[in-house]
Parts: sequence; C-alpha cells; structure tokens
Amino acid sequence: MPTDISITVTDRNGKTHTIEAPTDMALNLMEVVRMYELAPEGTIGICGGMAMCASCQCYVLSNHQLTKKTQDEDAMLSEALNVKPNSRLGCQIQMTQEMDGLNVELAPEE
Amino acid sequence: MSKMITTDILIIGAGPTGLFAVFEAGLLKLKCHLIDALPQPGGQCSEIYPKKPIYDIPAYPEILAGELTEKLLEQSKQFEPGFTLGERAETIEKQTDGTFIVTTNKGTQHQAPVVAIAGGLGSFEPRKPAIANIADYEDRGVAYMIKDPEIYRNKRVVIAGGGDSALDWSIFLSDVASKVTLIHRRTEFRGALDSVEKVQELKNKGKINLITPAEVTGLFGDNHIDAIEYKKTDDTPKRIETDAFIPLFGLSPKLGPIANWGLEIEKNAIKVNNALDYQTNIPGVFAIGDVNTYPGKLKLILCGFHEATLMCQAAYKIINPGKRYVLKYTTVSGIDGFDGSRKEAPKSVVKSIS
Ligand SMILES: Cc1cc2nc3c(=O)[nH]c(=O)nc-3n(C[C@H](O)[C@H](O)[C@H](O)COP(=O)(O)OP(=O)(O)OC[C@H]3O[C@@H](n4cnc5c(N)ncnc54)[C@H](O)[C@@H]3O)c2cc1C
Ligand code: FES
Repeated sequence: MPTDISITVTDRNGKTHTIEAPTDMALNLMEVVRMYELAPEGTIGICGGMAMCASCQCYVLSNHQLTKKTQDEDAMLSEALNVKPNSRLGCQIQMTQEMDGLNVELAPEE
Repeated sequence: MSKMITTDILIIGAGPTGLFAVFEAGLLKLKCHLIDALPQPGGQCSEIYPKKPIYDIPAYPEILAGELTEKLLEQSKQFEPGFTLGERAETIEKQTDGTFIVTTNKGTQHQAPVVAIAGGLGSFEPRKPAIANIADYEDRGVAYMIKDPEIYRNKRVVIAGGGDSALDWSIFLSDVASKVTLIHRRTEFRGALDSVEKVQELKNKGKINLITPAEVTGLFGDNHIDAIEYKKTDDTPKRIETDAFIPLFGLSPKLGPIANWGLEIEKNAIKVNNALDYQTNIPGVFAIGDVNTYPGKLKLILCGFHEATLMCQAAYKIINPGKRYVLKYTTVSGIDGFDGSRKEAPKSVVKSIS
C-alpha cells in the first residue's frame, strides 16, 4: 500500500513547512509545492515540469540518494541563476517512498 | 508621438487565447488589434515549447505548439488583425466617452471600447546575464530578443546561449551578418536535433565562430558596444570586436504593469465573472485564458478558446448597444473576411438520377 511521505520545504521567505506528499499520484516536488501553494502561482512550474525554466530550482539539504540528473536538467541548471552544488530542479524529483524525510529549500525567484 | 491605433477589441497578449479571439470577434464583424511583448505571436506555445507536441486540442490527436500558432493565425487571417509586437502594454486610461487608451513601453497608443487581457502568465521578459554594465548597452548594441534581423545585415554579431533560440538565430544570422560568434558555457547545446546539426555544419564551414565552454564577462565601447570579453575555463580573458551582443537565455513571464491597473488580482491572476462573460471588476475590461482566475479555473488552451468566444459576445453588446444577436453556424452562414474574401460551404446539387 503506498503511503504518504513527509517532506520539509523552506519557502522563498525563509519559512519552513513540513508537509505530507502522496506517493501514488506520480507527483514531483514542484507539483507538491504548488499543491500546498508554498510559492505564488505563476512563479513556479512555468514550463510545466519539462526542465526548461528553472523556476522550480531548489537546494537539497538532506542526504537523500536522488536519481541522477538527466541531460536536460543538467543543461538547464548550467544556465540558471543562483545555482549551488546542491541545486536540483524540483520537477525532476519524483515523490517516491525513498524521498521520505526529504529536506529542501526553494531557490530565489529569478 | 505616433498616431493613435484604433480598433474594436484591443487584445493584450497574442497567445493562443488572443489569437482565437480575433476569429470569434471577426464572426461578429468586430476588428481586433493585439499587443505582445514578444516579437512573434503564439505566447507560451511559440516562446517555451514551439517544437513540442500537444495532445489535448480537440480534433487534433497531436499537433506541435508552433503549428497550432500557425493554424490560429491562418484561421483569423481574413479578419486582418493588427499587431504591435515587441512592446509591453504599460498603462490603461479610461476616457470620458467610455473607451480606453492603452500605451506601451515604447509609447505606442491604442484606443478601443473593449480591452481583452489575454496575458497568460504575464509578459515575457528576458533573463539577463549577470554582466555589470550590461544595462548601459541596452538598445546600444545589446538586445535580448531579435525583432528585426535585418538590422544585423553586414554587422558583426555575438550570440550567447545554449538553447533553441541561440541555435536558430545563429543559423539564420550566418546568412545576414558579416560575422556570427556563438558563445556557450558548455560544449553541449540543447535544442532540436536538426538545429544542433546545422550549427555543427556551419561551424565546420567556418560560417559560425563557436566558442565553448566560455562565458561573456565584459562589454566595452563608448555609447555603443564595440567589443566583448569572454573567458574560457582555465584561460585568460580574450576580447573580440563586435557590433552587437545578443544574450538569448530564455524569457520568463511576469504579470508586470497589469498588476497596477486596479484589477482584482488573486494568486497572480485576474479575477473575472465566469458565470457570464469573463469581465473583470472594470466594466469593458475582460480577462481571458491563463491570465484569469475563477472557481474551478484550468489553465488549458481549450478553456481559453471558450472564454474568448464568450468574451466576444459581451464585447458585441458593449459596442452595439441594444442590437440583438442571433447565433449563426459558420457552416450555414460562411465567413466574410474584412479583406473581401468569402468562405462558404459548397451548395449541394439538386439533380434527378434517372
Ligand atoms: C511546456 C508547456 C506545455 C503545455 N502543454 C499544454 C497542453 O498539452 N495542453 C494545453 O491545453 N495547454 C498546455 N500548456 C499551457 C498552454 O500553453 C497555455 O494554457 C496557453 O499558452 C495559454 O494561452 P494564453 O493565450 O492565455 O496565454 P500565453 O500563451 O501565456 O500568452 C500570453 C501572451 O501575453 C503577452 N503579455 C502578457 N502581458 C503583456 C503586456 N502587459 N504587454 C504585452 N504583452 C503581454 C505575453 O508576452 C504572452 O505572449 C502548456 C504550457 C507549457 C509551458
Ligand atoms: S518547472 Fe520548469 S524546470 Fe521545473
């Protein structure tokens, strides 16, 4: 039985939220952030999750074993602003059981 | 100041919603003019994903976003829409006669009795590279989008970026400019396969000067750009002379000035009356497509089409007060273009078969 996982997101104002994310809806982190409205509509998920805009960039603070970056994600992050070594695109992080306890901070709006 | 552009419905945003509104308005004999910050029509479909397929346009099992834009333009061509492209609608002023005047950032003025905001996620604004003095050279050799490629004829051009637009403009300008240099942070480019291959071919032929992996770090020139400085990893900075520098790092949408027009805004979108006609809190100003919000709103192209259609009905009533309207099917009544053209269903024959 798939269960919800708990993840922690620090929004762009520095406020930390611990939220429950379902693992059976094929959601990615960007979509979960939108679901909970942790960033204003129109400032995240602009390309719909195609790794083409970097509006969902976040910094991964926990030590989770994430899936490897695709070429698209790598290319997008090479062009984005405010990129750090722990930057990832939220739309490329799928909400699976392994992501339980994930801790991320949203990158500033470009 | 340039002369006033007048029209029946002034549409802000030439995305799919605005383009389809032109057609629906035309059926009601209303003329439209569109303003868009982008140099080309199509909105998100042309700026973000022109070469990607869409699967939920009714009757199209699959259509490329760029192709959808072309079809929409073709469909409304006979209604002769006007376009103000590459300019952002900045201010709106209500006149005593009930009409509105909308002025762009370049000072172009438009007057209409009805304004339809089809602004999507907002006006597309360029992502600018972090080079200290870049703002000093804007419109002085630095441009973030290409409106008229002819201005680069026989000029030296440096393009920066690694996506489709950097690739496609490098290809295009290699036939126009006297010299094209393409600079990108990485050796890999991300774009349609044929564009990447074409750039490779032009590089091999010496028609594009490719510099990778490198970053533009400085701009030089008095009053107008005359050189840029770039730096390859682990190398000393080098200069090249150029007449233009065009960083193409993509555009991101910002609601922008519309947010200050006195409209009711909720979650970065404009609240409208969805029970009736998608009018905003300002009578005569409508909001359609991705830019509006109401209970149950979905940001989908087909929803924008529906909203555009109902908005035109309301516009008709404002522009033709007291006049009755009867819905006519296009199949039955045909389409009379403002250009004198007519489309109609072929008549069936009445003929005996013996
Ligand atoms: C990658 C991706 C995939 C998508 N896939 C689908 C799909 O499969 N099916 C679907 O139905 N939808 C899809 N969408 C959503 C769809 O593209 C949008 O719903 C649609 O483009 C909205 O159309 P619009 O005309 O309302 O706004 P937009 O397309 O956003 O166009 C608005 C235009 O208004 C201009 N503008 C705004 N403010 C101003 C101003 N002040 N002055 C001048 N110009 C201004 C902007 O520059 C822009 O060009 C997708 C979107 C993306 C990004
Ligand atoms: S939503 Fe655009 S890159 Fe993730």
